[in-house]
Amino acid sequence: MSMNRRAFLKTTGAGLMAAAFPLSLVKLAFGGEGSIPDFTFGYISDAHIQQIKGTRFVRNWDMGLIRAVREANLLTPRPDFFMFGGDLAQLGKKEELDHGLEIMSNLRGKVRYVMGEHDYYLDLGKYWQEKLGPSYYSFDHKGVHFVVLNSILTYDKWTYETWPSPMDRMLAMARLDNPKGSPFMVGEEQIGWLKKDLAKINGNTPVVVFSHSPIQKIFKPWNFWTQDAEKVQALLKPFEKATVIYGHVHQIQYNQIGNITFQAVMATAWPWPYPETYSQLTNALPKITVPMNRADPFFERDATGWQFVDMKSGNTAMDYQLPDNQNRTVMFDAATGKPKDVKYQDDSRRIPPQTHF
Amino acid sequence: MTAGGFRPKPIFEIARRVLMRNSKFFSSACLASLIGLGFLAISFSIQADDFTEGDLKRWNQEFMSVVEKGSKLFHSAELGTNKVSCDQCHPNAANTHPETYPKFQQQLGRVITLSEMINWCIQNPLEGEPLPLDGAKMTALLSYITWERRGVPLAPGKH
Repeated sequence: MSMNRRAFLKTTGAGLMAAAFPLSLVKLAFGGEGSIPDFTFGYISDAHIQQIKGTRFVRNWDMGLIRAVREANLLTPRPDFFMFGGDLAQLGKKEELDHGLEIMSNLRGKVRYVMGEHDYYLDLGKYWQEKLGPSYYSFDHKGVHFVVLNSILTYDKWTYETWPSPMDRMLAMARLDNPKGSPFMVGEEQIGWLKKDLAKINGNTPVVVFSHSPIQKIFKPWNFWTQDAEKVQALLKPFEKATVIYGHVHQIQYNQIGNITFQAVMATAWPWPYPETYSQLTNALPKITVPMNRADPFFERDATGWQFVDMKSGNTAMDYQLPDNQNRTVMFDAATGKPKDVKYQDDSRRIPPQTHF
Repeated sequence: MTAGGFRPKPIFEIARRVLMRNSKFFSSACLASLIGLGFLAISFSIQADDFTEGDLKRWNQEFMSVVEKGSKLFHSAELGTNKVSCDQCHPNAANTHPETYPKFQQQLGRVITLSEMINWCIQNPLEGEPLPLDGAKMTALLSYITWERRGVPLAPGKH
């Protein structure tokens, strides 16, 4: 067992101790201020459960999700709820969704789901919605307004008129670098819904949006991109504190656009390269992002992970749980008004594995 | 060198017989002159370093057709046994770093070529059988991976 694994368990042990203290002490330990109480939730994403045949599934991806669930079950005090950030399946098959949900059923606590393109483009989300309900919705928790968006839709022509079969469409969208792909979008119907949903919310209320794709434009060829991102950003503009947490990119990313903080989560399945490693095209990776470490392919869980999120006074502190790596914490820094890595943000603190080429 | 009328087989067949019968030096000389004569017989105008825009275009097409084959393999499930494909972790062959090979692959403790690393990936994440190092599939994969990295300076040994 590595140092980092021990460190994680040690942290968990400290949590157990804290839970044994009177409630007021626990609250102090979380450092709450003002009217919005602090709380935590867990975040698991991009499991890409992939069927080989019959009851055989790709072992590597299964193990990533199983490990995340096991570790998340050790968190103490318990997070208030969990989110799954999309791409539970690889090719949207019932078998894959069922197998993924079975693994997720071992997670102790309430789980809510975000739709990913790998869950959607086989049957256009039919089975996913049968199992999990609507693909966009909102809820309130301890003074924070949470919104879940289905941000992986695209042009109707591409979805309905381009492909000879649903599986052809699924395979086309599943291929990240597909030149015949199509940009993700939220779409007018949902933007209309979001406008109404947010109209009821006071501007002082922190808003957190969960989406699968980044609601910002980073790299179109791999769909690190949402075509109508600006329209969603405009609806979040009136709020003092807004955060978007997204999956899809399988890597650490964070950004600040005006009042909106953006944070990406890791995949449990496999890491993706940063766009700058594709030397033929330019990209717009947020300048403030300190990248995750380059993946060591010989350790199959390297550069994967899951996270727990501290909601501190309506801002997020994202704790990335990275097997056999130093865990990373990216939290909102009130002094600069931007998220920052608590250890590596300064250029002088960067380490060689954070250089991607 | 494809001008009409060039029949390499008989020339090389004669050369081979001469080689078998005579001393090494003599046979080499014979071979050289026979080949020379052969070319002379084909055409008086074509020189060894003479090629046209048309040739360049065709040679590039030949290369790009192999790049295309490599791209298909790279994006297919046929290299392994578990339906996983190379592009699942390496979109546009990114993070393969062909310019850094040969390099000391620290996890293996020795200097290896990119071909060996490709086979490592086929055997491990793809749970497949390694490709012959000089086979058409390996050449196609190398062609695609290198093409996606065109223009990047060579950096052998870089980690």
